[in-house]
Amino acid sequence: MKLLVCISKTPDTTSKIRFDAEGKKFVEDGVQFIINPYDEWYSLVKAIEIKEKLGGQVDVIHVGNANSDILIRKALAIGADAAFRIDDEALNSTSVASQIAAFIKENPYDLIFVGKETIDHNSSEVGSKLAAFLDIPFVSYCNHLDVENDIAVCSTEIEGGNEIIELKTPFVLSSAKGLAEQRIPNMKGIIDAKKKPLNVLQRMNVENHIDLVRFETPPVKSGVRMIDPLNIEEMVNVYKNELKII
Amino acid sequence: MVLVFLEQVNGQIKKSSFEVASFAADLAYEIGTKTIGIIAKGSENIAVLGSYGIDEIFEFPAADYLDSQQWVQILTQAYTQLNPDYLVLSNNSLGKSIGGSLSVKLNNGLISNAIQFKLEHSKPIFKKSVFSGKAFAWYGFSGNKGIISIMPHGYGVFSNKNKNTVISSMDLKPLEPKAKLRERNLIKGKTPLTESDIVVSAGRGLKDPANWPMIEELADILNAATACSRPVADAGWRPHHEHVGQTGIAIRPNVYIAIGISGAIQHLAGVNNSKSIVVINKDSEAPFFKAADYGICGDLFEIIPKLNEALKKAK
Repeated sequence: MKLLVCISKTPDTTSKIRFDAEGKKFVEDGVQFIINPYDEWYSLVKAIEIKEKLGGQVDVIHVGNANSDILIRKALAIGADAAFRIDDEALNSTSVASQIAAFIKENPYDLIFVGKETIDHNSSEVGSKLAAFLDIPFVSYCNHLDVENDIAVCSTEIEGGNEIIELKTPFVLSSAKGLAEQRIPNMKGIIDAKKKPLNVLQRMNVENHIDLVRFETPPVKSGVRMIDPLNIEEMVNVYKNELKII
Repeated sequence: MVLVFLEQVNGQIKKSSFEVASFAADLAYEIGTKTIGIIAKGSENIAVLGSYGIDEIFEFPAADYLDSQQWVQILTQAYTQLNPDYLVLSNNSLGKSIGGSLSVKLNNGLISNAIQFKLEHSKPIFKKSVFSGKAFAWYGFSGNKGIISIMPHGYGVFSNKNKNTVISSMDLKPLEPKAKLRERNLIKGKTPLTESDIVVSAGRGLKDPANWPMIEELADILNAATACSRPVADAGWRPHHEHVGQTGIAIRPNVYIAIGISGAIQHLAGVNNSKSIVVINKDSEAPFFKAADYGICGDLFEIIPKLNEALKKAK
């Protein structure tokens, strides 16, 4: 089975979020970048598990510049076989999805994994766009997957529950918690990763339809109002007259 | 025209659909156009949509389950027939599976997870939450058309429009399904966490799953949903679907009450879009107090039972 895992570069969860004076650009100085957690913990590990069970190949693909190579090597150390990097800034989800789709059209895969969202833009757009470019099904927020031959059974998160659906490969899925458990690369993995292929592909021009006007940081909270733990009456008053929830 | 995709479940219009209807009607009003809705046949209370500002609604017959590609086909057909300026839908689970595909198939921009819009240089621009609630971004469309998906609970519901909605039908036919529904499991009798106005959430401070009834009691009194932090879900004290935070689900209730949760940044990522946050924790250094509107520093085992009794009396 041929498995492709799309990995994205995101600021570490604990990063301080700052923008330039015009609010047009995220300030990257001093920011630690990581593989988007959903891509690393769930997509990549699930793909490796499927390969371990059924055989095949796990490739990772990333859109970004050479600064991302260290993250791509980590994905190879965790257990991917080969990597492809499209040498372009990941400007927006249409650009990322259409360039990855163009690669897949030349190099077909049975399953294509994306994370349920990236932790920077929180958009959940790439998977749905990728599936449309390829005209194959998309399963979003997948938290369980069984696959045998070309038949897959997926559990997907919906409001207040889940749906179990059955479909044929190939398709695109977005991974959510529950799909797999995080793996830490071991020493052998790290050494092997250095010898695995990391192919750099040329970028393509893609038409964009939306423009960033500006970023904003939320207004600073006016400060917490502390209520005496013995003053139950005041707590009730807050619930009743200020929050109006009783 | 602003076209809005509305959804129903078991004959009832979904709560998220009233939010998107309100957003679409407000957008249509600002740009001086009509609001047209489309919805699958079978909802009983469709006439009520007039008070949310829907001028006209098209119903189409649809099977109980459509896969995401079929939804995209249906909406693409409706879009092609009506040729709206903007298409508005919810960024709920269905919206997330089809929003990007619609954008590709309609060759149009998508601004996802929007919570607000305004006119700037006489064109609408849209605000969305980014960096897991730590920032916002305003986006506009390059042309005069586009698709906007609204964050669940992201926009207020306004039912003061008083329009007489014209109801017509539209023939929209999807292709054969590629996916088959085997099961749909819904937690019975409870408002889904993402749709709840009030959420009572608890963490490791509860010490033992046996202490959970007082949390449920508080939630019952407030008619709230219950949620939990990651360690509690990982320990199996509570089901995973109740885990809010970065790896769990992100919510945006009006009031989020956090009990015995320290407020690690990964937890805040899932809840810091809440309109008001109440934190009850015995550690005065708990980072959650910095993100809170109201804080109570004390022993939850003493506070919660007393609070429950007092709230019951105040009801």
